[in-house]
Amino acid sequence: MATITIDGNQYDVDDTENLLAVALSKGYDLPYFCWHPELHSVGACRQCAVKQYRNDEDEKGMIVMACMTPCSDGGRFEIADKEAAEMRSQVIEWLMINHPHDCPVCEEGGECHLQDMTLMTGHTQRRYRGPKRTHRNQDLGPFISHEMNRCIACYRCVRFYRDYADGDDLRALGSHNNVYFGRDSDGALDNEFSGNLVEVCPTGVFTDKTLGAHYNRKWDMQNAPGICTHCSLGCNTSPGSRQGMLKRIQNRFHGEINHYFLCDRGRFGAGFVNRDDRPRQPLVRNADGILEPRAMDVMRDTMESVFAEAKGVVGVGSPRASLEDNYALRHLVGAKQFSNGMSAPDAAASRAALAVLENHSGQLATLREIEECDAVLILGEDVTQTAPRVALSLRQSARNKHHEMAAANKIPKWHARAVRDIGQTHNSPIFSATTHATRLDDIVVEPYRARPNAIAALGFAVANALDATAPAAVEPLDQDAQAFVDAIAATLKGAKKPLIIAGTSLGDPSILAAAGNAMRALRTANSEARLFVTFNEANSLGLAMMEDRDVDTAFAAIEDGTADTLVVMQNCLYERAPKARVDAAIKKAKNVIVMDHSLTRTVGEAATHVLPAGSFAEADGTLINNEGRAQRFFQVFIPDAPMQEGWRWAQDLAEVAGHKPDWIGMDDLIAAIVADMPQFAGIQDAAPSQSFRKFGMRFPRSPHRYSGRTALYANVDVRERRPEVDPDSALSYSMEGYQGVATPPALMSYAWAPGWDSNQAAITRFQDEVGGHLKGGDPGVRILRVAAGHSAFADATIHPVAGWQAVPIHAIFGSESQSARSAAIVERMPAAEYRVNPAAAKSLKLTAGDTLELAIDGETHAFPIAIDPSLPDQTVGVPVGMHGVCGLRLPVEIKP
Amino acid sequence: MKNAAQNAISATSGVLRTLGMTFMHSFRKRDTIMYPEEQPYLPPRYRGRIVLTRDPDGAERCVACNLCSVACPVDCISVVKTEDETGRWYPESFRINFSRCIYCGFCEEACPTYAIQLTPDFEMGEFDRQQMVYEKSDLLISGVGKRPGYNFYRVAGMAVGGKDKGAAENEAEPIDIKTLLP
Amino acid sequence: MIFGLSEHDIISIGLTAIRTLVILLGSVLVAAMMIWVERRLLGLWQDRYGPNRVGPFGLLQVVADMIKIFFKEDWIPPFADKAVFVVAPAIIMLTSMLAFAVIPFTPTWTVVNLNVGILFLLAMSSLGVYSVIFAGWASDNKYALLGAMRTAAQMISYEVFMGLSLLGVVLLAGSFNLGVIVESQRGMWNVIPQFPAFVIFFLAGCAEIHRAPFDLPEAEQELTSGYHTEYSGMKFGMFFVGEYLGIVLISCLVTTLFFGGWLGPWLPGFVWFALKAGFFMCFFILLRAATVRPRYDQLMAFGWKVLLPIAIINVAITGAIVVAQS
Repeated sequence: MATITIDGNQYDVDDTENLLAVALSKGYDLPYFCWHPELHSVGACRQCAVKQYRNDEDEKGMIVMACMTPCSDGGRFEIADKEAAEMRSQVIEWLMINHPHDCPVCEEGGECHLQDMTLMTGHTQRRYRGPKRTHRNQDLGPFISHEMNRCIACYRCVRFYRDYADGDDLRALGSHNNVYFGRDSDGALDNEFSGNLVEVCPTGVFTDKTLGAHYNRKWDMQNAPGICTHCSLGCNTSPGSRQGMLKRIQNRFHGEINHYFLCDRGRFGAGFVNRDDRPRQPLVRNADGILEPRAMDVMRDTMESVFAEAKGVVGVGSPRASLEDNYALRHLVGAKQFSNGMSAPDAAASRAALAVLENHSGQLATLREIEECDAVLILGEDVTQTAPRVALSLRQSARNKHHEMAAANKIPKWHARAVRDIGQTHNSPIFSATTHATRLDDIVVEPYRARPNAIAALGFAVANALDATAPAAVEPLDQDAQAFVDAIAATLKGAKKPLIIAGTSLGDPSILAAAGNAMRALRTANSEARLFVTFNEANSLGLAMMEDRDVDTAFAAIEDGTADTLVVMQNCLYERAPKARVDAAIKKAKNVIVMDHSLTRTVGEAATHVLPAGSFAEADGTLINNEGRAQRFFQVFIPDAPMQEGWRWAQDLAEVAGHKPDWIGMDDLIAAIVADMPQFAGIQDAAPSQSFRKFGMRFPRSPHRYSGRTALYANVDVRERRPEVDPDSALSYSMEGYQGVATPPALMSYAWAPGWDSNQAAITRFQDEVGGHLKGGDPGVRILRVAAGHSAFADATIHPVAGWQAVPIHAIFGSESQSARSAAIVERMPAAEYRVNPAAAKSLKLTAGDTLELAIDGETHAFPIAIDPSLPDQTVGVPVGMHGVCGLRLPVEIKP
Repeated sequence: MKNAAQNAISATSGVLRTLGMTFMHSFRKRDTIMYPEEQPYLPPRYRGRIVLTRDPDGAERCVACNLCSVACPVDCISVVKTEDETGRWYPESFRINFSRCIYCGFCEEACPTYAIQLTPDFEMGEFDRQQMVYEKSDLLISGVGKRPGYNFYRVAGMAVGGKDKGAAENEAEPIDIKTLLP
Repeated sequence: MIFGLSEHDIISIGLTAIRTLVILLGSVLVAAMMIWVERRLLGLWQDRYGPNRVGPFGLLQVVADMIKIFFKEDWIPPFADKAVFVVAPAIIMLTSMLAFAVIPFTPTWTVVNLNVGILFLLAMSSLGVYSVIFAGWASDNKYALLGAMRTAAQMISYEVFMGLSLLGVVLLAGSFNLGVIVESQRGMWNVIPQFPAFVIFFLAGCAEIHRAPFDLPEAEQELTSGYHTEYSGMKFGMFFVGEYLGIVLISCLVTTLFFGGWLGPWLPGFVWFALKAGFFMCFFILLRAATVRPRYDQLMAFGWKVLLPIAIINVAITGAIVVAQS
């Protein structure tokens, strides 16, 4: 702690912080450009100039850069000092010399840090009349637009892209006055986190291309607190919409999870909400097999007769739908007829993962904690592709070595350039055992490649090496592998905060058991040890907690004739089981009722009745993320179509089926879930209830300057529409309501503070300290109970496959079914190909590009092959979730 | 007593004087005119019907920046942005609900391109309120209005059709990033 | 002989009936026209035109307004005391019109030649206060009630000086009969010997019919029209016309009591009467155009502390002179 004086006010502050961060935390308006809470200080832009006085007698003082000034005890600083203020305004005038006078046609306008800073410093009149420097732009792919003229050369983009996200293809080019930030040539930005450039760039150089296609200003957006549904991490997002169209996804700060950054799948994957082919009204398949629209009341009657005639109903839930949707379906069909909608291997792996999480629930890492871990073991998971935001956190954890070395040399952690220079290539150790080369390999110590069962064996061996009482795999590892295991065990043991990451994407429960054993062995020695488990979908953990029966039980019920009606909630059956089995079940079932928001294969080919359910943008719900955190997402806009939330459909169906539920609204439903399933106790606290008010007011979805209200729909009817009332949440569908720092974080639709319009800067006013946690606590509730005592070690059972094996290859752009329907993501989808190593290709007598026809799990696909030397022998990497490959139960033995 | 008398006299004479002054207005010229037989003179900056002007090259001046829309105190302007194939921004739709408009002129003040202008025409009465909703086709005129000569894209740095990077006023040629020469 | 009445009686009754009708209709018509006159004159004194579109010089504006007001919804607020609410505007019309009965427009044109004419007039104007109080009370509206309270205090106060100021005139004429009072002014109009009484009567009359500057009961700025806030349509119309009837009545009374009524050379008596009364009607409008409303306490203080002593002194002096002369 240190006591410093700013503008005559005394503060007790953290002496490891720099003055800029402290001043911002204390609520001062101090302009800055190159500094960022996560990228720290380099002192490049000279914008945060303040006056520093040596002591109480010093009257002259000297101008220093706040971001490069430590808060040492007794420091006396003046922000309001005239000379410092003058310097700041002159610096910005100089930065603005070449700025191109195009705010009206700039997508950043209205949420632009540069605009805010020019206003804050008072530079409102351009004096320079000479010629301005200009640049040519580059095509940076489907996500990002480039307009280099607007650049003020703060270097934030490359510092994020290269120094933080370890990207390689964006760099500072040119020299002196000609500095240019771009790629060597046109082409899509390669890094999975390139979308953050939109928010990191303080001007409009990098803007959101998907937003630009149907642009509107920040102040015109109708937002809502959202949870990303494209992987299991539950990053907080702020989806923005206008006139019933989803415009963009922005980061919503969460101090424990995503803090300032999202991955590109999360940011650009929501385009599916705007697709024209979505079912937007109730549909019934006629005799010709064509889906015909029905009015709501007609559909109700139809459903009544369907349920009256049904001989047994089974329900298929979904790990991508909310708890509420799934629970409502469970109520409709009855607990015994409900399945969790996961494929058999996914359900098994998720169950195993849940067991591990429950055993170690006190030791679960958050994404933020991953950044603090100094030794990591990844078992089987290609996190960049399956839970991308983890990869970004892991890259920060690798840099803990830099901070350690810097601290040894008394360099503060915020001194970014010095920390980097001292750290060079010395990274904290990250061990990774995967089936193939991953994007993290550049920071991994000796990547280990093996088949899933061998990865599990490695995990068991590590557990055994850490604690001799832990069972090792039956078959002993070879010498190299044993040496590797010993190295891992030694490193983990020696680490201050070791971390083990595993996941369900390989569909192998033994990997999770191995991770559990390793964790069990590690935590006895080090209570700081952490575990992080990723799942395949947004609510996989929630469904694993809710129900054990997987989708196959539903098919079995149809097949053995105990049921003839299938009710599917936001799920595509073809993604969960091989086509043959799904087709057989559907043929046997009399009616297939599907509630979904997208034209999935199930909707298009199998459904007899389609009920259009709201996507995350048109519904409220609760999702359980991979660390057991219940988080609420809220409806962004009211669709101009007869659609409703999945749970409302299920509620209506239950009513016509004759067992009307006794819950009515969202709060009721959540209370019913908690009462019925005690494992979910706590989800009611994920967000304030519908009746929550501040000073009697709701919380607005739109910024206070939302415009055009009396003209938006005036072409339809000059009389204004009645404002919509939200029956499910404490939010309002307008700009009316309480706006201020006391907004509960779970109800913060967008970030705005007076003078701070840009998302990443405005959020500062809502944080307990810059880059810390939100005032009032980060939203969400962790509902996994801390297990008492230590569980026993799991048996080291693995199921080796002797012959050829097909393993899943996940892709960030494509493997997740919802984002794969978004136009921008489709452009970045990898080509359809089987991957084999050179030896395997040789034994198959194929070379790269040759087509391989492969029967996997009863289905045959023919793709060209690509040579990937990183794959183990006799292993075929199969792209999952795209190009028609879905529903395969991988890994599986094959005979090519 | 003396004071009271003085007060009474001054109060009475004050009232009488007021009465007289008011009465003398009978012989003054009227300030109002007999509209509509007689049309008033309205200065060019009078705040009446809103129009969208074109730049001197005949293209739409409006770039759909939405500043008029946000400046509007009654929220009666709705603009939807779109782009042509050269990247030039223009409004896909531009709607003003004149039944809400208060003719404050904030939109004109906010407009960075001089596109939206108020004109000295106030005769906008309609029997059907729906007719007060003006779309872009109703608003767009073919002239430059009060601001001859100004073309936003000639000043702004963005490249659009007919104007490449570096071709705007006060702009240097685009830099060559490959050169290291000072 | 019919029903025991002689032919002469029947003719006299018929004539009285016709006279009554003509006087009542005429007074209402004049009151209605006053609306137009007031608007035009206010326009004139405010350097504008006023209503000039409907008919010649906008004369039919009144007709247009009447048509509009007749076709407006006859609305009674659900919270109002319905019966009282309806009766209130009728009372003001009734009392104002009854007061016209005793005014001698010419030696022959008067509805009833009462020997207590002045007392009857005072009685009628006192009854008018009920209308306002009923309206304010029945409206169940705070502004209306405030207006009604102001009216009650104001009208009752000013009635005192109004009556006292007339005593001088009565003393000079030796009669309460208005016709006799007019005849008594053949030598000299009462305005000369009774100038203070004239001023007091005029001001009190102004307050009695709550015209500007004494329009506190219906002060738009403070009370949103006071006692008739809740009134609309024809009921409001009756209050509106009632107010103008009041102007006409006070103007006629001033003419009769102080300016020799129909007396005057060359022209017929009625024309003289009309000219004199018209002058005062216009003066009322000028008063509205030129003066500002006093504060409520100023109004009361002015009445009780200034007008009352003057009125009493006036009666005393006049009485002394009359006694001395006799």
